[in-house]
Amino acid sequence: MYFSASKLTGGYGGVNIIEDCSFNVNRGEIVSILGPNGAGKSTAMKAMLGILDLKSGEINLDGQDITKFKTQDRIKLGVSFVPQIKNIFTELTVEENLEMGAFLNEDDIRLQIEKMFDLFPIIKEKRKQAAGELSGGQRQQVAIARALMTNPTVLMLDEPTAGVSPVIMDEIFQHILNIKKQNIAILMVEQNARQALEISDRGYILVTGKNAYEGDGDYLLNDKEIRKSFLGG
Amino acid sequence: MDFLNAIILISNFILVPAITYGSQLALGAIGVTLIYGVLRFANFAYGDLMAFGTMIVILFTWYLQSKGITFGLLPTALLALPIGILFTIAISLFFDKTIFEYYREKKSNPVTFIVVSLGIMFVLNAVVRIIIGPNDINFMDGHKFIMKAREFKQITGLNEGLAIKSTQVITLITTIITCSLLFYFLNKTKTGKSMRAYSDNEDLALLSGIDPKKIILLTWVIVSILATVGGTLYGLDKSFKPFTYFNNLLPIFAATIVGGIGNPLGAFYGGFLIAFSEIALTYAYKKFFKYLLPESLEPNTLIQFISTDYKFAISFAILVVVLIFRPNGIFKGKVI
Repeated sequence: MYFSASKLTGGYGGVNIIEDCSFNVNRGEIVSILGPNGAGKSTAMKAMLGILDLKSGEINLDGQDITKFKTQDRIKLGVSFVPQIKNIFTELTVEENLEMGAFLNEDDIRLQIEKMFDLFPIIKEKRKQAAGELSGGQRQQVAIARALMTNPTVLMLDEPTAGVSPVIMDEIFQHILNIKKQNIAILMVEQNARQALEISDRGYILVTGKNAYEGDGDYLLNDKEIRKSFLGG
Repeated sequence: MDFLNAIILISNFILVPAITYGSQLALGAIGVTLIYGVLRFANFAYGDLMAFGTMIVILFTWYLQSKGITFGLLPTALLALPIGILFTIAISLFFDKTIFEYYREKKSNPVTFIVVSLGIMFVLNAVVRIIIGPNDINFMDGHKFIMKAREFKQITGLNEGLAIKSTQVITLITTIITCSLLFYFLNKTKTGKSMRAYSDNEDLALLSGIDPKKIILLTWVIVSILATVGGTLYGLDKSFKPFTYFNNLLPIFAATIVGGIGNPLGAFYGGFLIAFSEIALTYAYKKFFKYLLPESLEPNTLIQFISTDYKFAISFAILVVVLIFRPNGIFKGKVI
């Protein structure tokens, strides 16, 4: 597996939010982490990024143990992250947001910016506008584009469709499918479980910080028990 | 003719002084706003940092003068400016390393930072008074006037004269150069953009690989440059007295908040707004109206809105009004 977490245990202060959590993702694959509120989905993702102090567990990237790596070093290795909130620089223009995404990149980033504009045509029109003035769906696209500027091999998304309309949600999922084609490993946490599973290759369902179910998208979508408990019938 | 006289009168007593004072406030306010934007606290030691920088400039001016070195028509202080800047950078970084960094790592709240900066303010204040004394010091040399009031009257034949001091022109030119360089840096260079990005969204800046240590270091360097340049220009134009610099903290903070705290361009305009309000509202318009109105309507009072003794009340009033009606400033800034 390209990017994997095994038996992660940790949390804030003394309380464990995730316990013995394991999941993994390969390049060119979309994996969703689902579950009820407070199940530790976002916390699990923060652990992968190195923001959370782990008590035990191991995180591997491309065969290398990165458990002890700082967040910034993980980013340099190709792990990118789109937070759920405050995921753009509101006072910077769209173009500057992209430039900041490639901050660590010393080469010419013009090409990469053009690539992002091809991927997200709508933000090309708004390139000179302050990102904070865009609509929710456009902001989300800027946020994802910023994360892609480093040319990552792993893209982690924390609830990319939170607070957007169903039409925009479909659009964002379509973009995520396009990103998958670039051989990027995509790991996302989602509230809109059913829609997320429809585009996912595999999924994990966390309950109170532990792995409850896992399997490929179709299996999770069609399992009666899971449908009833997590997908709303 | 009377109309021209009135215009010249206003230019001489309001326009020219306000542009000069506004430039000095703008430099101060941009410094305060940058500290707030990046380090997220209001730095009360800023006025005394300006005094410290100016003091070093004065000491080196005296040294240069004692060696017989002057800058011809320009004040010698401009030659000493780079050294003043270096010392100010050094002391800013010293305070940051020994004091602010400790509270940053503890993630103290902004109020703690404000109190800490008050402490540094007292220390700097004392250091400056011990070294150079509390008295008025005039360190302006070189050519004093570009245009004297008497010369202007002779040339134009008007009753009113327009005096332009060389310090006023130097202030304006230096401010234009400094601010142009600063805004070019903030808006066009990668490092400058990363500074704005860090100020806008710290967490996302970290995720983008921006190094906060470098940003903070850079902020202190820029702020020290602005403090020394602003302080020296003010001292050249008026005179150097440590207490005045402490006093100027109020108009500087008012300019910062009016312009939207954390917004450098806002702070620039804020400086001019405060300066113009202060000078225009404390000017006695009696003579002005004498030129413009027919004799029967001539005023017999001074027509002065408020005495110059209360000029700080104007900054304070503007500050209060802005905080009540537009807490994030006239230009968009952060909400305090």
